[in-house]
Amino acid sequence: MTRLSGGLIDRGTTLNFTFDGRAMTGHPGDTLASALLANDVRLIGRSFKYHRPRGLVAAGSEEPNAMVELRTGARQEPNTRATMAELFNGLSARSQNRVGSLGFDLLAVNDLMSPFFAAGFYYKTFMWPKAFWEKLYEPMIRRAAGLGSLSMLPDPDSYDKGFLHCDLLVIGGGAAGLAAALTAARAGAQVILADEDFRLGGRLLAESHALNDAPATDWIAQIEAEFASLPNLRVMTRTTVFGAFDHGIYGAVERVGDHLATPGQNVRQTLWRITAKRTVLAAGATERHIPFANNDRPGVMLAGAMRAYANRWAVSPAQSVAIFTNGDDGHRTALDLAAKGVTIAGVIDTRAGARAQGDYPLFAGAVVSDTKGRLGLKRIAVTREGQTQWIEAGALGVAGGWNPNVHLASHHRGRPVWNDDLLAFLPEPGAVPGMVVAGAANGQGSTHAALQSGAQAAIDALAGLGMTAHQPDLPRAEDAPVNQAAFWHVPGKGRAWVDFQNDVTVKDIKLAHQENMRPVEHLKRWTTLGMATDQGKTANVTALAVMAELSGQSIPATGTTIFRPPYTGVSLSVLGAGDTGTHFRPRRLTPTHTWAADQGAVFVEVGQWMRAQYFPRAGETHWRETVDREVLATRAGVGLCDVTTLGKVDVQGADAGEFLNRIYANAMGSLKVGMVRYGLMLREDGHAYDDGTCARLAEDHYVVTTTTAQAGPVYRHMEFARQCLWPDLDVQLISTTDAWAQISVAGPNARKLLERVVDGFDLSNAAFPFMACAELSVCKGLRARLFRISFSGELAYEIAVPARYGNALMARMIALGADLGATPYGTEALGVLRIEKGHAAGNELNGQTTAQMLGMGRMVSTKKDSIGAVMSRREGLTAETRVLVGLQPVDASARVAPGMHLFTEGGAQNTDTDQGWITSACYSPHLGSMIGLGFLANGADRMGEVITAANPLEGQSAALRVVSPHFVDPEGGRLRD
Amino acid sequence: MRFSGFRVVKEALTGHHGWKPLWRTPAPQASYDYIIVGGGGHGLATAYHLAKVFKGKRIAVLEKGWLGSGNIGRNTTIIRSNYLLPGNEPFYEFSMKLWENMEQEFNFNAMVSQRGILNLIHTDAQRDAYRRRGNAMLLAGADAELLDRDGVRAMYPWLNYDNARFPIKGGLLQRRAGTARHDGVAWGYARGADLLGVDIIQNCEVTGFRIENGRVQGVDTSRGYIGAKKVGVAVAGSSGRVMAMAGMRLPIESHVLQAFVSEGLKPVVDGVITFGAGHFYVSQSDKGGLVFGGDIDGYNSYAQRGNLPVIEEVAEGGLALMPAIGRARLLRAWGGIMDMSMDGSPIIDRTPVDGLYLNAGWCYGGFKATPASGYAFAHLLATDTPHPTAAAYRLDRFNRGYVIDEKGMGAQPNLH
Amino acid sequence: MLIPHPLLGPRDAQEFTYLGDASLLNRPDGLADTAPEAFNDYVYLRDNPAGLHRELWFHEQGDRSWLIVTRNTVTHEILGAELARDVALAAMGGAQ
Repeated sequence: MTRLSGGLIDRGTTLNFTFDGRAMTGHPGDTLASALLANDVRLIGRSFKYHRPRGLVAAGSEEPNAMVELRTGARQEPNTRATMAELFNGLSARSQNRVGSLGFDLLAVNDLMSPFFAAGFYYKTFMWPKAFWEKLYEPMIRRAAGLGSLSMLPDPDSYDKGFLHCDLLVIGGGAAGLAAALTAARAGAQVILADEDFRLGGRLLAESHALNDAPATDWIAQIEAEFASLPNLRVMTRTTVFGAFDHGIYGAVERVGDHLATPGQNVRQTLWRITAKRTVLAAGATERHIPFANNDRPGVMLAGAMRAYANRWAVSPAQSVAIFTNGDDGHRTALDLAAKGVTIAGVIDTRAGARAQGDYPLFAGAVVSDTKGRLGLKRIAVTREGQTQWIEAGALGVAGGWNPNVHLASHHRGRPVWNDDLLAFLPEPGAVPGMVVAGAANGQGSTHAALQSGAQAAIDALAGLGMTAHQPDLPRAEDAPVNQAAFWHVPGKGRAWVDFQNDVTVKDIKLAHQENMRPVEHLKRWTTLGMATDQGKTANVTALAVMAELSGQSIPATGTTIFRPPYTGVSLSVLGAGDTGTHFRPRRLTPTHTWAADQGAVFVEVGQWMRAQYFPRAGETHWRETVDREVLATRAGVGLCDVTTLGKVDVQGADAGEFLNRIYANAMGSLKVGMVRYGLMLREDGHAYDDGTCARLAEDHYVVTTTTAQAGPVYRHMEFARQCLWPDLDVQLISTTDAWAQISVAGPNARKLLERVVDGFDLSNAAFPFMACAELSVCKGLRARLFRISFSGELAYEIAVPARYGNALMARMIALGADLGATPYGTEALGVLRIEKGHAAGNELNGQTTAQMLGMGRMVSTKKDSIGAVMSRREGLTAETRVLVGLQPVDASARVAPGMHLFTEGGAQNTDTDQGWITSACYSPHLGSMIGLGFLANGADRMGEVITAANPLEGQSAALRVVSPHFVDPEGGRLRD
Repeated sequence: MRFSGFRVVKEALTGHHGWKPLWRTPAPQASYDYIIVGGGGHGLATAYHLAKVFKGKRIAVLEKGWLGSGNIGRNTTIIRSNYLLPGNEPFYEFSMKLWENMEQEFNFNAMVSQRGILNLIHTDAQRDAYRRRGNAMLLAGADAELLDRDGVRAMYPWLNYDNARFPIKGGLLQRRAGTARHDGVAWGYARGADLLGVDIIQNCEVTGFRIENGRVQGVDTSRGYIGAKKVGVAVAGSSGRVMAMAGMRLPIESHVLQAFVSEGLKPVVDGVITFGAGHFYVSQSDKGGLVFGGDIDGYNSYAQRGNLPVIEEVAEGGLALMPAIGRARLLRAWGGIMDMSMDGSPIIDRTPVDGLYLNAGWCYGGFKATPASGYAFAHLLATDTPHPTAAAYRLDRFNRGYVIDEKGMGAQPNLH
Repeated sequence: MLIPHPLLGPRDAQEFTYLGDASLLNRPDGLADTAPEAFNDYVYLRDNPAGLHRELWFHEQGDRSWLIVTRNTVTHEILGAELARDVALAAMGGAQ
């Protein structure tokens, strides 16, 4: 087939491409679909279930059949509609869903088996023998399933996200959309015009209609020129608005680089979140077909698509074509093709009174009842009054009427409204707040009506914003009425396809009806109707009509399925643009990160933070060796650890003490200025929430700390208490987690080291005892805070300086403390030190435990009302007997692991006999064995008992002795020296 | 009519004329012994087990729309019994055992496929928690395996191992977990119940309860009053609205959960993978679509649709874990109403109204519970005592302090 | 969604963290005899309406104010937003 005359392609430039390895050429302006037609390719794909040979049905994004794997290597992109792929030089496409060649697909055997594969058949079989489903049947089905394939290589392209705001979003750049955008932009509104095509004009490009007696492209060019001069209008082609969300927010994908061989320095696609005060939906309409026997052969297509290929792309699927129509629209196709020199083998019109509108054979009151041509249409059977004749035709255009594209107008679950005159569902008015629908999407399908309704929609939309817009001078255009007669399918014995891709036929719908799968959702799910990549755009309404006919109900009473985003498929890469790989979450670095990295620290993810896990030295061959050294060095000399990640909340105001009394389970109002107290917070449901310290720097000034994990939630919780529960209290909060670098200085030499840093501050035990705090200066004038608190059980302090000095302070202290054994330690050693001391951390405070379980039941004050106090006294919480204990293996070489479950020695091991679990465990260099902390039923009364820790998951168990959780210095003498 | 391969062949050769309706379309009778409100998965499973196991008679299921129109027809089809707490794990393991024999029992292929579920581990604390959970599963008679990084890599070599914000450190695997065809489950129970004489009445909305002297007498419906000795409510998503008609406030909020399916692809994901650190999970259906999801949107909603940020977040999680799926396309997003309970666990219990029973609060995990939920609810309706595996699902556990809080999030439904 | 912040104008809901029903403002007196039952109601039971819902949102990525937003849970339409602190103070004033 050579090209027809005319068309919107650049014949001066030739583009090379391949399809299934065959070299072909096309021109700029072509889609892959039009270029394939120009190269006489009709067979493009295979259907999902029966592997029937298939060609193009449509010319736009509704295409159900012609899907290809586009590009190669890591850029391989499955299920690309040939109709949406803009041709570029070097494009490579392959047909998909076949075993063997496209012309000889071994799985086409499924088609012969089709009587066995009727709707729902798989629910009725494959059940015996039982094991065969997973071993035989399902693997077989899965091998045949799916359409295109992924390369399973990471996507090499870049993607972006952006936010746009406008007064008016116009969706669709056809006649209605152009008129709407023009009207609104001239009124000075901020306007975005988005269209999925690479060229503005929509259906105007596909028709031969004149505007003001000139080609429509003249008017479009004139409008585009004006658009270019309007700074308040943003035109976005290659942009699909795929979803209407709440409050005027729309999701859109701009295909920035899909028309290029590679995106180069640019992104491939951009995800736009468009916030629009008002929207005009001018998404046009999609033609529907009329099922008849063997209506799925390559060459059978929508008549409107055939017209589009001829007018816009100057191609015809065959030299001789026929048209099957139930209205005047089919005749248009015949006229347009005939005008381009294509032979019209006949127009078959279901209406007995139809008249030819040109010089072509007309079969009025006739239907197409069958076709021939395995890999491409050769002839069609025309039946009139019981008489059938076969006529030769290489292609057949089917015109069954137009369905308005109501999708976006229905994304808020609006239900389309049936219109008997138009034989179509129209959008439910007002279903999406702020949206007005215009043009063919609203059933105003003539060019004149589309232009007028688009302009009016813009005027109405802007009026809602208090803006005045005026109807522009719109071109004279055709205004033909819709002339069609309801005709939904040709009755007969052969298989007549309704949903092409998923191979759903009229027979399947009949079977669904017979089996009482009549509600539209049952019909869909039983037959898989409308569940293919086109989501039933060319199938659903026709199927409803068939079901309505069978059940004797009206079409609207039969109902519609739910319209869901996205309007057309959206690549996952663009939906996740930017925030993937190592950028998946922000990476928070501690103030001493640079210093730690210089020391060769190994880092570990702690929520969003990267913390130094340990600091290996030359010669150390195992992480345990390093951690043991850090622990022993801390207990023998002094260790330093960056603890900045703990949350810090500054609490100020006259009522700060009273506020904290209500937040913490224990009393804080009575805390003396200059002192620190351990604090336990409960959730309002009485369970332990978080712990930390509370330091009183002044009468009206506290600093509280939280765990690292809960820094955000606890601050939010405190703001809730302040703003929502007790707004009458004079108290202010601010999170200072990132403002202060905080370093733990722990070990018998901690005081000596700090004395070398502070500016004349008395650190003696008398002047600055255990649990003291102060504001002071260090390093000759640097503002600092000092807390004498200990997580390790050693004499210890935490020193805080403004965050930007953290790195320098750490380096300074390590240098100054060289003779004191100053050693940096990471989170591993931190964990060992706290387990040895029996301090609870995240594994113990996991949201399921209580103060009582943590051995702090008496801390919950009964004298005051604090958050969680009332609920902590419920029966289920007080009856809980599991408490925190220490666990030491009887055999010092035994492994102790968190997550082991605890049982009476020698007893049965099951859910009912379960007595607790190990929360934390580590190797204790202090004790020379592994040790653990855990919650054990009646644990306080079982000191010395040997119990069994079971770990069937790893085929292991251990005999453990129940001991105090304080493995090191249980009297706490070291803290207080 | 019994379904079988033989029957399929016979019908294929004789033009499919012999297939009968999968269920009747009965008109409601004046009264029943049992009325189940809600023709979703749990309601249909309840009716089936009530008739089959407990030999109940005169049973009706009242469904306001089409049967299976609730969350049974709108989920990600995962079945598993990988819970931690003793109130939950035996129940879900009971459910798993019912899944394993369901299809032969009700003679309908629900495509139960034990493809395995892998919960990925990214931190030491997560491994600790999964070790505790895996052991709890084994102690309750379920199966579990702890994998290291190499073990995970052997199963799924194309996950992101080398360029990840949260590197994969291992996983907890339950091989007996997997997926089932969600609609098939609803239809299998519906057909099974119908064959046992249960009246499944579609398009019949309950508009009120008639309660006299503290005892339920029947229900008002869009198709008139229907008397009942006992009424069981299984209307997840609408539990609050329905029970308000009986004067009850529930420890439940309704939230929207979105889920997603990609266009059909040749098989790549064999089992179910969950990426807790990235709030993402995925499997691949027998049709080839990647079925995936993440967190609930987070706000109260009855809209059955969600918003764009969650779609983006879920895609981000998916790509962070599986950079090779980027060039696949999202085909469809949908949203369902979740009964988010205050501790993340369900309720199967009597109510203060005699003869009125409640099955609710399944959060976003009701699908896997369908068989056991139906069985246990039928047990309760028939015997007035809880099924042993569901004994913890009491309504008064909140007041008494016996919450079943798997995630340790407290009384905030959107965090469970 | 867009939340009409009373001080900052319309803000994307992604900047906020959701908590739940605004009844959480009405914390019972923990020292009253009726506290156990009152707290059970307060902590666990919800009206959970299909329709207008007054609910708490925290402007976590913004000015850290807690808002009470009135929103329709069926349509997601938002009818207004107030500072929770103002509402709580007004309730206290009303009680005096």
